[in-house]
Amino acid sequence: MSKTADHSLHEYVTAVIGGQLFGLPILRVQDVFTPERLTQVPLAPHEIAGVLNLRGRIVTLIDMRHRLGLGQREEDHPAMAIGVESRGESYGLLIDSVGEVLKLDDLACEPNPSNLDPCLASVSTGIYRLDGQLLMVLDVDRVLDIVEKAAAA
Amino acid sequence: MDDLLREFVTETNESLDVVDVELVRFEQDPNNAKILDNIFRLVHTIKGTCGFLGLPRLEALAHAAETLMGKFRDGAPASSEAVTLILTTIDRIKAILESLEREQREPEGGDSDLISDLEHMVERVGSGGAQAEPQHTVGTLTPQVLERPLRLDEDSLDDLERAFRQTTVEPPATKSAKTADAAVKDDEAAKSANQSIRVTVDTLEHLMTMVSELVLTRNQLLEIVRRHEESEFKTPLQRLSNVTAELQEGVMKTRMQPIGNAWQKLPRIVRDLSNELGKQIELEMQGAETELDRQVLDLIKDPLTHMVRNSADHGLETVEQRRAASKPATGRIRLSAYQEGGHIIIQIADDGRGLDTVRIKAKAVAQGLVSEADVEKLSESQIHKFIFTPGFSTAAKVTNVSGRGVGMDVVRNNIDQIGGTIDVKSVAGAGLSFTIKIPLTLAIVAALIVEASGHRFAIPQLSVVELVRARAGSEHRIERIKDTRVLRLRDKLLPLIGLSHLLGLKKDAADIDGGFIVVTQVGSQTFGIVVDGVFHTEEIVVKPMSSKLRHIAMFSGNTILGDGSVIMIIDPNGVVQAFGSTMVSQFSATEMEGSEYTASGEGTTSLLVFRAGSAQPKAVPLSLITRLEEIDAHRIELSNGRHMIQYRGHLMPLISMSEDVRVKGEGAQPLLVFSDGSRSMALVVDEIIDIVEDNLDIQVRSETPGVLGSAVIRGQATEIIDVGHFLPLAFEDWFRRKEQQVQNSPRNVLLIDDSPFFLNMLTPVLQAAGYAVTAVGSAQDALAMLRDGRAFDVAITDIEMPEMSGFQFAEAVRGDPRIAELPVIALSSVVSAEAIERGRQAGFHDYVAKFDRQGLIAALKEQTDIGHAA
Repeated sequence: MSKTADHSLHEYVTAVIGGQLFGLPILRVQDVFTPERLTQVPLAPHEIAGVLNLRGRIVTLIDMRHRLGLGQREEDHPAMAIGVESRGESYGLLIDSVGEVLKLDDLACEPNPSNLDPCLASVSTGIYRLDGQLLMVLDVDRVLDIVEKAAAA
Repeated sequence: MDDLLREFVTETNESLDVVDVELVRFEQDPNNAKILDNIFRLVHTIKGTCGFLGLPRLEALAHAAETLMGKFRDGAPASSEAVTLILTTIDRIKAILESLEREQREPEGGDSDLISDLEHMVERVGSGGAQAEPQHTVGTLTPQVLERPLRLDEDSLDDLERAFRQTTVEPPATKSAKTADAAVKDDEAAKSANQSIRVTVDTLEHLMTMVSELVLTRNQLLEIVRRHEESEFKTPLQRLSNVTAELQEGVMKTRMQPIGNAWQKLPRIVRDLSNELGKQIELEMQGAETELDRQVLDLIKDPLTHMVRNSADHGLETVEQRRAASKPATGRIRLSAYQEGGHIIIQIADDGRGLDTVRIKAKAVAQGLVSEADVEKLSESQIHKFIFTPGFSTAAKVTNVSGRGVGMDVVRNNIDQIGGTIDVKSVAGAGLSFTIKIPLTLAIVAALIVEASGHRFAIPQLSVVELVRARAGSEHRIERIKDTRVLRLRDKLLPLIGLSHLLGLKKDAADIDGGFIVVTQVGSQTFGIVVDGVFHTEEIVVKPMSSKLRHIAMFSGNTILGDGSVIMIIDPNGVVQAFGSTMVSQFSATEMEGSEYTASGEGTTSLLVFRAGSAQPKAVPLSLITRLEEIDAHRIELSNGRHMIQYRGHLMPLISMSEDVRVKGEGAQPLLVFSDGSRSMALVVDEIIDIVEDNLDIQVRSETPGVLGSAVIRGQATEIIDVGHFLPLAFEDWFRRKEQQVQNSPRNVLLIDDSPFFLNMLTPVLQAAGYAVTAVGSAQDALAMLRDGRAFDVAITDIEMPEMSGFQFAEAVRGDPRIAELPVIALSSVVSAEAIERGRQAGFHDYVAKFDRQGLIAALKEQTDIGHAA
């Protein structure tokens, strides 16, 4: 997990995927963009929505609903994407909508409940209890990692 | 220190490679003082630098080797034994360098064994030059202390050197010697620094990436401007576009390296092998200056080395065997490289025993690659292709050198990786040759943009043979055998696969009855990819697939098109695999040879049909055209009253076919580009209609310049264009340039072909190349002429002719003692190994494909030069 200083605040970019609120460590987020001119890749793993050209870079877009097992995306709803980088490659995480940036205390982070869906548990590093809803912290590397395994299978 | 050491290691490794090559040369040519001086200088520099950096082991070795070489320089004979010893020393130096690079210091251990050997050798080769040697050991005071325990006869040498030092004028010997040495080095370094600098590969790679980005951005801008009719951006963008193109070319050039770099180690390898195997081998290298992208170069280095080893080990026979076969005792391995279009062709040929067809057959059957019944139906060249199968080795015994069953399949894999092809030709008893064809660069390739189920894909043009439009009821129609679909193409069946189906875009494979068929060739396999639409070709920048998608064999990468969208690049190798090997192999068993493929169109010619000026279609043999281009009319510039465009960094003149054809001012201008060597010209046409395969039978001669006559093509009267007429319009000296290259007095050429078209087409070409041509329509007439005593330097004959074939003609010539010496070159549309072998037996000196103008001129030059030299 990320550095835990005695009493440290971390900033998270929040996003809604399939009605659930998620948080991504802001240090991992490159940008937020609206995916345009998406090219589907035949024979690709289901989690991969396609590739697109973002300012001259080819970005692989990951459908987070698929990835997290949160059902199909509604076609008419305009999607957003959070740009992240991993091992020199650019990825976009396709989400329903992006929210505000939250500054949260590490100490308030609680471990995943034991009955959490294994798919979600495998990519989450913990849960925050916010006013009225729960925020799940996503580990970007784990989100990307499992796709690779699925691809290799 | 780090940097210094690293630079030293790189530099020394480079020097050592040169020393390797030079030493082998020196051994063959021991009287060449220049070679020796060069070696001496290099070793001396190494020694000097080692002293400077405090590397005692290296210095002691270099010093001992230098001493021995000093003896050679003073006139001692260079025995093979002595050269071997020096080469061994160089190997040791290399080994030390390697660990130096790894561990930043010299490895433990001593070299007294080698050094004493070297010193014994010095004693043996004579003491004549002992005086001369110390001159060259200035600045070695430090190591002398370190050397002491290593040396046997240190006293004499040490004293000698000390005596020498005392004679020098400056008293502070150490310092001055060192600075003097450094000064010399600096001088040399400065000299070369003026011409070149060392740049890390990373820097270049980064530059290349940036340029690729720039190309993409440029393409995007062009696309935007194209949509806005009148835009003030147009002119500056045009300029940007040109600059980008030039920059791209420039950066590509920095990645180019002469193929000689990959060959550098070969002379040494061949020399060692010939000693080890007791064979006499001569290695001949041509075209070492041919340049290749370094990425490509890296990948072919090992295959080349492997193939040369193979040739030396099992290709060439021992001296006794060669004598028994009445061949020269020395076997030859010839490596050659040259550029042809966007490809580099590399050939490795030996004059050894060739492939053992019987053994390959037996092995193929034993390994279950083919059934016993089927193997008998295969042609020799098809059998030879089995050597590329994994785990296939026919070497009876595994030698130190080769025959371990990892071999040609690895070679082929490496070549596949870079999108190249490899072909083998073998003639039993006469030799074996491999031809490798590889693309110039991998980063930017021409691709055909196609559509399938609403998605666009790029297919690398390298593997595209032709495009066929299939329609129900037309000549090219799709037929089905149960569930598989095939295309009837020139009496052959081409297996088809729908791209949509292949990529899972459409579940059902049934409805491919129409659409375009991209005839694709991968290695020896030809198949058709059915697509819904074909857009255009585009130079694309290949970007690697995301690691999450790399496992999809169907794609080799992706790219950003001019309009900004990302598309996948189809990997034809992946398509072959997906095809299910069964169908392709059935096909390939009957249709393996690309050359046989053309043979199927016997009597027909591929013609490009276009319109220019009048409504009547015009045609020109496709093989004469280098490229088809469609350029933006805005790119056409008017200079000196002539239309020009900037094309691949050169100005290319545009020639109109007639007054009626106007160069467009707006939109896209189709061009037929003809190239010859470094020159290109383009013929302006109104519209490119089609590429057809038809009989070319000129029925009505033409009086119009530039038109050979009319023929019926696809049931329509079509004018056949005489390209030879237009070339001099572009460059007045187009042909004259060649003449100068050839010779002053024209050689007499006898040209025999039953087709008036070829006579008409070839005569001006040959005349332009400086030959006096006598064209004859039949072999009998030609023979009669020769028997009448008409003198010719060379005869060129077609093979397939009524009454008397080219083979019969050659045999007749050989059979007649008066004219038996006449070189005869065969000209044929069928170029297969068998045909060539048959030709050799009939007595042809050379065998050239029809339409291969350059090949013909080269063959002519070779034959006439031989004739005159003899």
